[in-house]
Amino acid sequence: MASLPTAIGREAAVPWDDLRAIVSAEQVRSAGTGDRIAGVQPEAVFEPGSEKELAAALHCADDAGLSVVPRGGGTKTSWGNPPKRADLILSMARLNQVIEHAWADLTVSVEAGCTFQQLQNTLSQHGQRIAVDPLWPERATIGGILSTNDSGTLRIRYGGLRDLIIGMTIALPDGTLASSGGKVVKNVAGYDLPKLATGALGTLGVITRAVFRLHSLPHNLRSFTFETRDLTDANRVMLAVQGSKLAHTGLQARYSEGRAPAVDVRFEGTDAGIAAQTETLRKLAAPAAEAATSDVVWQARQELWSSAEAAAIAKFSVLPASVAETCGRIRLLTDSLGVHWRAVVQGTGLGWLRLEGSSTNAIHQVLHTLRPEFEKMGGSLVVLHRPAAMPAIDAWGSGGDAFPLMLSVKQQFDPRGTLNPGRFIEGI
Amino acid sequence: MDARILQEFRAIVEDRGLITSQEELKTYECDGLTNFRVIPQAVLLPRSTEQVQGIVRVCHRERVPFVARGSGTGLSGGALPVKDGVVISLARMNRILEIDFANALVVVEPGVINLEVTGRVTPQGFFYAPDPSSQSICSIGGNVAENSGGAHCLKYGFTTTHVLGLELVLPDGSLVHLGGKTLDAPGYDLSGVFVGSEGTLGIATKITLRIVKRPECIQTLLAAFNSTSDAGAAVSGIIAAGMLPAAIEMMDNLAIQAAEAAVHANYPDCGALLLVELDGPIAEVEVLMRQVDEICRKSGAGEIRVAQTEAERVLVWKGRKAAFAAVGRISPNYIVQDGVIPRTALPRVMTEIERLSAEAGIRVANVFHAGDGNLHPLVLYDRRIEGQEHAAEVLANRILELCIEAGGSITGEHGVGEEKKMMMSKMYAEPDLETMQRVRCAFDPEQLSNPTKIFPRPRLCGEQPGEYRPHPAELAGIAERF
Repeated sequence: MASLPTAIGREAAVPWDDLRAIVSAEQVRSAGTGDRIAGVQPEAVFEPGSEKELAAALHCADDAGLSVVPRGGGTKTSWGNPPKRADLILSMARLNQVIEHAWADLTVSVEAGCTFQQLQNTLSQHGQRIAVDPLWPERATIGGILSTNDSGTLRIRYGGLRDLIIGMTIALPDGTLASSGGKVVKNVAGYDLPKLATGALGTLGVITRAVFRLHSLPHNLRSFTFETRDLTDANRVMLAVQGSKLAHTGLQARYSEGRAPAVDVRFEGTDAGIAAQTETLRKLAAPAAEAATSDVVWQARQELWSSAEAAAIAKFSVLPASVAETCGRIRLLTDSLGVHWRAVVQGTGLGWLRLEGSSTNAIHQVLHTLRPEFEKMGGSLVVLHRPAAMPAIDAWGSGGDAFPLMLSVKQQFDPRGTLNPGRFIEGI
Repeated sequence: MDARILQEFRAIVEDRGLITSQEELKTYECDGLTNFRVIPQAVLLPRSTEQVQGIVRVCHRERVPFVARGSGTGLSGGALPVKDGVVISLARMNRILEIDFANALVVVEPGVINLEVTGRVTPQGFFYAPDPSSQSICSIGGNVAENSGGAHCLKYGFTTTHVLGLELVLPDGSLVHLGGKTLDAPGYDLSGVFVGSEGTLGIATKITLRIVKRPECIQTLLAAFNSTSDAGAAVSGIIAAGMLPAAIEMMDNLAIQAAEAAVHANYPDCGALLLVELDGPIAEVEVLMRQVDEICRKSGAGEIRVAQTEAERVLVWKGRKAAFAAVGRISPNYIVQDGVIPRTALPRVMTEIERLSAEAGIRVANVFHAGDGNLHPLVLYDRRIEGQEHAAEVLANRILELCIEAGGSITGEHGVGEEKKMMMSKMYAEPDLETMQRVRCAFDPEQLSNPTKIFPRPRLCGEQPGEYRPHPAELAGIAERF
C-alpha cells in the first residue's frame, strides 16, 4: 500500500542562485512575516513571469527538497490544515492575463493568477460571465478558486467549477507542464484532469492556466425573500422550490440564532418569464411571508467571514431533504454548549456554518461532535477557519475507503511530497 | 485459457455466467464499431459486486487482462476485447436500487439501460438528462465509461455532470466508494476522473445519478435553410442573443434524405435543417422562441415549423436520433466520426470537409450538435469497391485532423477507445499524455483493465515520470511512436 510522501526531515536550503538564474532579481525575495501560511514561516517568495519559469522554479525546489506553497490572492491560505513545512511561496501575481476570450464560442482561457473580478470585467464587455460567485472576487484568483473548489449560490443552476472548467495546464514538481481538456465545451479525449486538480488544494500540481465555458449575463434578475416559521418550514419552502418546475438560479436559507430562518430565491431571464414564475413561487412559499429584499442577500455566505477572527467557520454537505434535521442538531448542540451559530445553506445541501463564543473548547467540541454525525448521514464537514486559540482540529475528516487511492494519485504526481505538504486530507 | 482459471471463474459465476464456446464468444468480438474484432478467451456475466470482485481478483492474481462491457453500443471500440483476456459483461447487473425524489437522485447498477432511468422517474415529473442517440439500449455503466453526452448536453451537461457517486471495483479487486449522495466529498475528485476513463481504471458496480425535474414546457422548432453556413449563422445569432437552448441540432441534405428514408420524419427537403429546442417556464420559452424564429428568418430560413404536439416533437427527434442508422439506407457502409470544433470554425471546417469529400470521391453526410460544435460526419463508402474503405478511413482521419487544427477535439462523446488512440498524440503533447497516465498508474499499476485503449503507448508504471526516454521496444525498432 502507498504511504504518505513527505518532505519532512529533509534538510533543505533555498538554492537562491538557481532560482535567480531562472528570473530577474526582483522576482525572488526573502519571505517576510506577512507571507506566513497558517503560522508557518516560509523562507522565500518566487514570482514567475511565465509558465516555464514557474515549472523551472518548481522543479528546482523539488530537487532541492524544498516544500512549495502556491499562492494566488492569499484569501484562503488558512484553509486546509497548516502545512508541515512551507519553504518557498510560488506567487501567481504576474501570471494574471486573460489569454483569450472567444466570446462567440462562449469560452475563455485565463492565467491562474488573474483575479476573478478582473476576468469577469473582461467577459462582461461581451455580456458574458463564468457562472460562479466565489468568495472575495476582487482579490481571489482563478487558481485559488479552482484549488479550493469555491463555488457559490449560482451552483444550483449552473453547476460547480468542475462543471464549468473545460481545460487546464498544471506544472508538476518534476518540471512537467501538462495540459488536458481543451478549448471546446464538449471533449472526452483522455482523462479529465481539470476535475482532479479542482479542489486538490494545490497538492498535485500548480494550476497555471484554465479554460472555462461561459454563460450569458442575465438581462434581468430578481430576488425574493420569505420569512419562514422555523427550521422545518424553511426546509419545506426550499424543497418545494427545488422540487418545482421553476428555473431559479439561486436558492438559500439563512439561519441565525433566535430568529426565524429566511429563504432567498433568485430568478434570471426575461421580464415575462420572471413575472410568471413570481406567482408560482409565492404560492409555493405560502404561508411564509414575503419580506423586502435585495440582491445583497446573496452575499450572506461571505458575510459569515466578517469580523470572524474569534469564530470558526465550516463548510458542510448534507442531503437537501436533511437540512432541517441538520440545523436542528446544530441548534441543540450549540445551545447546550453555549456557542452562538449562524449558517447559510443552499438548495444543493451545501452549507456554511459560523460558530463563536467565549469558549474555544466548546466551539471545538461542536465541530468535533458534528463531523461524525454528518459523515454517518453520508455528508461531510470541512473546517475552513478556526480561532487561533482553539485546540487543533483536522480540517477535512475522513477520505473513506478511497483514501489509499488518493494517496497513490498523490505519489504519482508529487512523489516527494513537495506541494503543500500536510495541508490536504489525512495528511496529504 | 488455463482450465484451472476457468474453473475458478465458473465457481464464481456458475455455468450460466460463463461463456467459452467460440460460437457464443463471437457475439462479444466487437462493440458498435465493427471494423475491429477480437475474440476473447471467455465472457463472464456477474450478477453482483461480490462476483465482479471475485473475477477481478483472479484476473489480478493471474495477470489476465479484462474488458468491461455494457450493452456494446459504443462507437470507438472501447469494449473491444483483448485477445488473451476476458470480457466482463455487466448486463445482468441491471437493477435500479434506490429512487430518492426528495433529493433528486437514483442509485443504479451499471447494466441498467439509460432510458429505463427516465422511464422510472417520469411519473413524478423527473428525467435523467444525458440522452445519447442509443439511449433505448445503452447502459449507464457504458455511459459512465464513455462520459456520454447526447443532444441535450448543451444545457444539461454530460454524464459526468450527473454522476454523484460511484462504487468501484479497482483492478486489484478492492472495493472503493467515490463521491456520494452529497456534494463536494472531501479529497480528490476521483469520481470525476473515473467518468470518461473508458474502462481503463476499474469497473463501476453502483452509480448514484442526479435526476432532473422536467421543465414546465418544451418547444421544438424546425427551420429549413439553403446551406449549412446559413444555418450556422442562425446558431451564432441564437448564442449571441444570450440564449441557452436545451438543444441545437443541424443536419445537412444527405443526412435529411437518410432520416426521411428511414423514419419519415416529415422533414422539409433543404440544404440544412436546424432543430432548436427551448425548455423552461412557459412564459420564458414563448418569448425566446419568438426571438429564435426571428433570428432564423434573418439568417435566410425558408420554412419554419414549431412542433405543435408532443407526438410531433417526438417525430422530429426520431428523425435526428435515427440519423446514424438511417445512413445505412443510402450507403452500404459508413464511418461515424465525432470531432469537435469551436462553433465559430463551422463554416471553414464544413467547406474543407466538402472539398476533401469531392477530392476523394467519397460522400459525407453531416449531423451536428451545432450548439456545442460537436460534428458527426458520416463518411459513406462501399466495401465491395476496392480501395474505398481505405479512402474512407483516410478521409475520416483527415476530418479529425481538421478538428484539431481548428482548436477542437477528436472526440466529443464517443470516446477514444481503440479507434482514435493514434490520434491522441496529434491532439496532446507527450507530457500531457504522460501526465494522464500517472492517474492510470495510481488506479491500475499492472494495466489489466482495458489495457490497450485511449493511449497510443501504455506507460510502464515503474517508469520514472518526467522527461521522455525511448521505450526499449522503440529502441529495438519493434514499436513506433505515433
